[in-house]
Amino acid sequence: MENEKRTCLYDKHVALGAQMSPFGGFLMPIQYKGIVEEHNAVRNACGVFDVSHMGEVSVTGADAEKFVNHIFTNDVTGGTPGKCFYGMMLNPDGGVVDDLLVYKRDDDDFFLVINASNIDKDVAWIRSCAEGFDVMIDNMSDSLGELAIQGPLSEQVMTQVLGLDCAELSFYTFKTLDINGESVIVSRTGYTGEDGFEVYASHALICRMWDELIASGKVEPCGLGCRDTLRFEVGLPLYGNELGDDISPLEAGLGVFVKLDKEEFIGKDAVVRLKAEGLRRKLVGIELLDRAIPRHGYEVLNDDEEPIGVVTTGYHAISVDKSIALAMVDACYAAVDTPLKVRIRRKTFPAKVVKKKFYKKNYKN
Amino acid sequence: MSKIYYSPSHEYIRVEGTSGFVGITEYAQKQLGNVVYVDLPEVDDDVTAGEDFGAIESVKAASDLISPVTGKVEEVNFALVDEPGLINKDPMANWIIKVSIDDPAELDDLLDEAAYQELCH
Repeated sequence: MENEKRTCLYDKHVALGAQMSPFGGFLMPIQYKGIVEEHNAVRNACGVFDVSHMGEVSVTGADAEKFVNHIFTNDVTGGTPGKCFYGMMLNPDGGVVDDLLVYKRDDDDFFLVINASNIDKDVAWIRSCAEGFDVMIDNMSDSLGELAIQGPLSEQVMTQVLGLDCAELSFYTFKTLDINGESVIVSRTGYTGEDGFEVYASHALICRMWDELIASGKVEPCGLGCRDTLRFEVGLPLYGNELGDDISPLEAGLGVFVKLDKEEFIGKDAVVRLKAEGLRRKLVGIELLDRAIPRHGYEVLNDDEEPIGVVTTGYHAISVDKSIALAMVDACYAAVDTPLKVRIRRKTFPAKVVKKKFYKKNYKN
Repeated sequence: MSKIYYSPSHEYIRVEGTSGFVGITEYAQKQLGNVVYVDLPEVDDDVTAGEDFGAIESVKAASDLISPVTGKVEEVNFALVDEPGLINKDPMANWIIKVSIDDPAELDDLLDEAAYQELCH
């Protein structure tokens, strides 16, 4: 474990008794009290996650907007400063380099939030695409920390515990605050399907906010274990599971974030081609008709027990009390109610295709 | 008078006569967290020392259950089908299978309480 990086909150996680495991090149807290308790705290009250492993890249300069639109599937031209955009960077073959959040601070000033496991790959990719654009690309991942405050009580916690009034922020917007002379980004975003906020700041300030949140007793410290169960239940993808270099956003069901009416972006031609040819595989929801648990990597079979796909993420879900999975399957088996099977160790278990959103999101608009 | 032996893979076997009750240890249940499913063998299935006879799943992950001895499954704790969380409450009382012990000498390869506690530190 010596090769793993540590976030600025590492010692605090250990002091709280967290189980620490490698994730995306970092030694991260997987759970403190337990995944179920932490999951339910986010669904019903408020939890805080250390997500300082996430990468941050700023793109500034006269061509910043044009450049971001060139490497990103969503369209950032329409949005006013203060808006967040979800989308992907694609390779020329239409596979996903990474999925990311783009913060538009101004027409010439963007802030990109990328997955920890992809930081090196993404930064190299972004730089390699920048030739001919008047932009500055700054990898800020090592100097910034990030907290995610998530759950129905998170607005109250932001005000009462951190003294940050965020009530006016609507979903997928942000503002930049001046805290002791430091510029801090606070957005109404998250990865749990609940209302919530994400805060980007220096390590010193992230540590102070973490201490205040934990000391308040109003916020449960939450590990990456429940972050995964929470995002999974509302059908949000995880890079490395539902997304990858060889998976099209269309196959993952994320076509809505790929703006084909944009003049150009890297990977557009491949997406257009795939759309014309038709999808060969699709990401679907699967419900097992048994308590056994379909895990990442398990084989999905048709009714005749021929292999037709693979489980990308699966759990005995906490908020819906069912064994469910996301799976990438041959497109002809993607219709809801199609009977399938999942191979779990030595046995096969009957399952059926269901809608991917297993649990209803509870965002504030 | 029963005696309890432990395996390095965190199963215990509580020996009574020529049979033993096999389950996972307190340490193992704590490490796993909330148990949500136990993949049980069937009565009369053969089990082999050092080989898996089923699996236990927490929210996080699936772990194989390794038989500490060679023998035959005599009983299965079916209460775990509907209430797998019983293992978190009391893993010693909530054994998983009862097995016959073909060769009591296999027990000598297992750990006693003191040696097992040492392993967990």
